[in-house]
Amino acid sequence: MLLSLYRSLCSYRGFILGSVQREFQARYRNSLFGALWPVLNPLSMIIVYTVIFSHIMRARLPGVDDSMAYSVYLCGGLLAWGLFAEITLRSQNMFLENANLLKKISFPRVCLPVIVLINAGINFAIIIGLFLGFLLFTGRWPGMALLALIPLMALQMMFCAGLGMVLGVLNVFFRDVGQLFGICLQFWFWLTPIVYPMSILPDWVQRLLQLNPLTNLIVSYQNMFLYGQWPVWTSLLPIFVTGVVLCLIGLRLFRQRVGEMVDEL
Amino acid sequence: MGHIRVTGLGKAYKQYPTRWSRLAEWLIPFSPLRHHQHWVLQNVEFEIAPGEAVGIVGANGAGKSTLLKMITGTTQPTCGKIELEGRVAALLELGMGFHPDFTGRQNAIMAGQLLGMQVDDIEALMPQIESFAEIGEAIDHPVRTYSSGMQMRLAFSVATARRPDILIVDEALSVGDAYFQHKSFERIRSFRKAGTTLLIVSHDRSAIQSICDSAILLKDGCMAMYGKPEAVLDYYNALMAEREGQVVRQEMLAGGEVQTVSGTGEAAILSVRLLDENDRSIDAAEVGQSVVLEVQVEVRQDIERLVLGFILKDRLGQMMYGINTHRQDKALTDLHTGERYTYRFSFVMGLGKGNYSVSLSLSRLDSHLDRNYEWRDYGLVFHVINNRHEDFVGCSWLAAKTTITRSEAIVSEHTP
Repeated sequence: MLLSLYRSLCSYRGFILGSVQREFQARYRNSLFGALWPVLNPLSMIIVYTVIFSHIMRARLPGVDDSMAYSVYLCGGLLAWGLFAEITLRSQNMFLENANLLKKISFPRVCLPVIVLINAGINFAIIIGLFLGFLLFTGRWPGMALLALIPLMALQMMFCAGLGMVLGVLNVFFRDVGQLFGICLQFWFWLTPIVYPMSILPDWVQRLLQLNPLTNLIVSYQNMFLYGQWPVWTSLLPIFVTGVVLCLIGLRLFRQRVGEMVDEL
Repeated sequence: MGHIRVTGLGKAYKQYPTRWSRLAEWLIPFSPLRHHQHWVLQNVEFEIAPGEAVGIVGANGAGKSTLLKMITGTTQPTCGKIELEGRVAALLELGMGFHPDFTGRQNAIMAGQLLGMQVDDIEALMPQIESFAEIGEAIDHPVRTYSSGMQMRLAFSVATARRPDILIVDEALSVGDAYFQHKSFERIRSFRKAGTTLLIVSHDRSAIQSICDSAILLKDGCMAMYGKPEAVLDYYNALMAEREGQVVRQEMLAGGEVQTVSGTGEAAILSVRLLDENDRSIDAAEVGQSVVLEVQVEVRQDIERLVLGFILKDRLGQMMYGINTHRQDKALTDLHTGERYTYRFSFVMGLGKGNYSVSLSLSRLDSHLDRNYEWRDYGLVFHVINNRHEDFVGCSWLAAKTTITRSEAIVSEHTP
């Protein structure tokens, strides 16, 4: 089954790459500055968070006496969260948004989630590239530990793809899923140590947060960017297992319901 | 290549009594099915040999588009199976997936990718696509500046850039201007000659008759008939007029044509004859001969108004000429049971060589869709021969008179 999915993806690689390319073009087609916007957006985000949280609120990370440290901490977490939010939110709507295409044209449906993944991956790569430039500029280059970025990203993408597929298929049949997940994301964001560090929380809350599979992933990103530390790989086991399970459920759901889906669009 | 086999095909949509029932059905293990199936297509079976052309006709909602969608693979059948051999191209909803902000060229590439082509393949086909679409420089303008006809031209050109083994067409031919309609139809014809299997849904009788070898009539999701296009279309025509108490019957005539007779029977056609100048019955007329079409009608129930109409059709079923007594202001009123009438339509045979048939209708008003007393296809079959005039081509005789005058050659002053 995986083999046939892979084969149809291969034969439609033109369509997939074309769609990715077009999505980028479409976003900036009628704008004067074109390619500048994908750079300016994350840049403004970095500036806003640095100014507000680091300078105005005088936030400090416990144990680090450096005004830049908090903004690096924040950005590391936010960027990773951004990747997660983009993939899941776009995946849950991918079948609905392309309803017209699905109803009229016969093509391997599995192309759609792949397009979402590649697109989000490229967006993430652009922002990370910028962020690394910022780190280099401010003399906070994390060093060799940066290599951990690749496995971390791969792990996160797998988790997001699985979750996104489940949400995407369910959302076709039960539109409530999309609304519900939007609300869930709000809570999920604040239940993940992104804006605040884990260490300011009481012990029992910290243990509770360990139930959130994203916690250790985000912490790994933050430690990598801020302290140049390699991730504690065993701490990533929960998200790996959840990711695999979600992917299996997603694939099963997709395979069972892909035919019925067109009738519901 | 190009073989289509459909066996026991059916499509049902799931209908759940409440919005929660689907969730219950999914989540509760071993629970009974909570939906009921709404069948839109059932027991469809046919086989199309490579290179054959088949038309699908039927009223709106008969399941034509559902059938095509299942064959192209966008919708999955509930039961039965479809076997296809070869590459399938579908002309359903042309221009789907065009992005308004991209140029025609980019959209063409996109559409090609959606058909599973690689960019190199499409680029190689691009000159041919451009020249067929004939939209000029607009190919490099955004599609949002296109007229719908231009979009259609481009979409058709892309979809048919490569000859498919199976081509599926859904009403696509009725868009675009007359010039492009001809051009696209010609391309479909040439594909057919080269061996492409065709499956066409159309309400255009002449399109189906002129290109299809056979036709399928769908009625309420079932196959009502599968046979020669003329017979199927006549039957469909009769079904369209179906009312309470109507009978539709088909008989095989001696010549192999299938005669369809339908109607409520308040009035009936007794005989149809073609007569020459001396009132002798003939079955072959000369081009330019004065003839009379004589029709005898019997009234079987009191009716307030009666209109007789006839249509001459060529062997492909294309209409050559048709008229009725309503349009001639000769409708009869207040008719009583048992009365008989003889109609004589006299005209000069202006048709070209060939076989023609006469379809007749008895109705209350202009259209047989209102009250159809009787509709009869192949009421008469006759030949037109040409012994008196020079040989000409085409199905109508216009008796052109020719004069040729010679004018002085224009001689240039500078000619040495």
